Amino acid sequence: MRPLRVAVVGAGPAGLYTADALRFQKQVEVLVDVLDRLPTPFGLLRYGVAPDHLKMKSLAVTLQRVLDDPGVRFLGNVVCGADVTLDELRDRYDAVVYAFGAAVDRRLGIPGEDLPGSTSATAFVSWYSGHPDRSGPACSLDHPGVAVVGVGNVAVDVARILAKPVDVLRSTDMPDDVLAALERSVVTDVHVLGRRGPAEARFTHKELRELGELDDVDVVVRPDEIALDARAEAAVASDPVLARNVELLRAWSARPPTGAARRIHLRFGLRPVEVLGPDRVVGLRVERCRVENDGTVRGTGEVEQLDVGAVLRAVGYRGTPIDGVPFDERTGTVPTDGSARVLRDGALSPGEYAVGWIMRGPTGVLGTNRADGQDAADALLADAASLRGSRAGADDDLLELLESRGVQVVSTNGWSAIDAAEVLLGGEQGRPRTKIADRDGLLAASRG
Amino acid sequence: MAYLITDLCVDVMDKSCVRECPVDCIYEGRRSMYINPDECIDCGACEMTCPVKAISYEPDLPPEQAHVLPRTREWVEIHGAVGGARRTGPVGVDHPDIDALPAAPAPAP
Repeated sequence: MRPLRVAVVGAGPAGLYTADALRFQKQVEVLVDVLDRLPTPFGLLRYGVAPDHLKMKSLAVTLQRVLDDPGVRFLGNVVCGADVTLDELRDRYDAVVYAFGAAVDRRLGIPGEDLPGSTSATAFVSWYSGHPDRSGPACSLDHPGVAVVGVGNVAVDVARILAKPVDVLRSTDMPDDVLAALERSVVTDVHVLGRRGPAEARFTHKELRELGELDDVDVVVRPDEIALDARAEAAVASDPVLARNVELLRAWSARPPTGAARRIHLRFGLRPVEVLGPDRVVGLRVERCRVENDGTVRGTGEVEQLDVGAVLRAVGYRGTPIDGVPFDERTGTVPTDGSARVLRDGALSPGEYAVGWIMRGPTGVLGTNRADGQDAADALLADAASLRGSRAGADDDLLELLESRGVQVVSTNGWSAIDAAEVLLGGEQGRPRTKIADRDGLLAASRG
Repeated sequence: MAYLITDLCVDVMDKSCVRECPVDCIYEGRRSMYINPDECIDCGACEMTCPVKAISYEPDLPPEQAHVLPRTREWVEIHGAVGGARRTGPVGVDHPDIDALPAAPAPAP
């Protein structure tokens, strides 16, 4: 019996764990092509996980093993929907797995949001991560104040990178221009803003605690902003992780400032109402909020003005569609039956599966993708008999089609060449890796 | 630092954590699961998914569970729980300290 051919769209953790699960089982032989619009694999592990979180970054070793499997091919620098249409993919593969993530940030919807200096935390993360699509520093570092809107782990990452002394970032893989810009930074006060109270903040305890351990940084918390109402008390009582967060915030609120060079202000019960201009960000007006009994947030009319030169919003992500792939505009996800099988107009669509953020929305942690990948592989294998019988189309190799169109496909070997070039570049500077941050540079490196 | 599985896992072994561990470092004994602390990358997925809250990050470990780290290290070393739990399969044996724990009371009929 011929092997099943599966295309995975997106070489981030969700896509690679799916490939891994498909290859690990031995009942059905499966060959997997993993496509990515970038010349490099690993998605948000490479371009989202903070560069100073070295232990998390080491997951690349695990994911690389998936690509090293001879039954898995990496096809990088291929834009699905442009370089190849979905129909062309579906003609050539027995199944297609969508793993293309959630690329776009949610907006605040307030006046002044589009002023220079106001942008998404994602853009800032892309900049310091050396994403090839990044544009400039994304955030002005020439004013002492920066506001970060949101209280999830992205907000905490961004605040930490802004506050951390640059010398401790020199051993990371950050591009040289990023280190140079951070060295020139005059930022001293990072204001992290949450609409609700600490019991509803999304950051995890480990990330929160890390803020308190930074050299020469004071974490500033106002006691009145972390007081809990009855609902919050109940939530904290039933969740030890939440209880630890609140305990830590209380400890910080009682700690006198040490006179550190930089401060991270964790503010609760505030929502941004206007980014102040007129030509660039010169401040952020915020309004005190309270949480009503029904759980909704309501403004109190009490306003405060923060002296900031940049506003970074970190209030969530949403997916964007690929031409021809079913997409729910309301949730920003590809609809599924709950077992990774894609729905078209509410009906199962044989041969299409979805995993990761584009399936479930931007929730969960990196490890959640491994469970997603296993679920998708289980569903796909259960459907194997019907999938094999149903494909009508071409048997030619996608790689040949792409090359005939002049697409510079980065293969697994091409990625290995990029990897080696980055390690070499890092070695010259006494660090494990320095990222190549532009697409042309990556493509040149991929040719060895 | 690593995440660790405490006594609360004994005789429960829900194993939701195994599915979500990105480095496959959660190994199966007879009455308890074990995280290889040298393979753990501190992502926290297991702590979040455990229905009985049996998993703690090392610095958050309550003092009365301080024995968990040395016990886990001994077990990992003796049974060679390295290189991925999917590859090794269930070990099927526990650390003697877990063998010595009383059986969890049977759920009410």
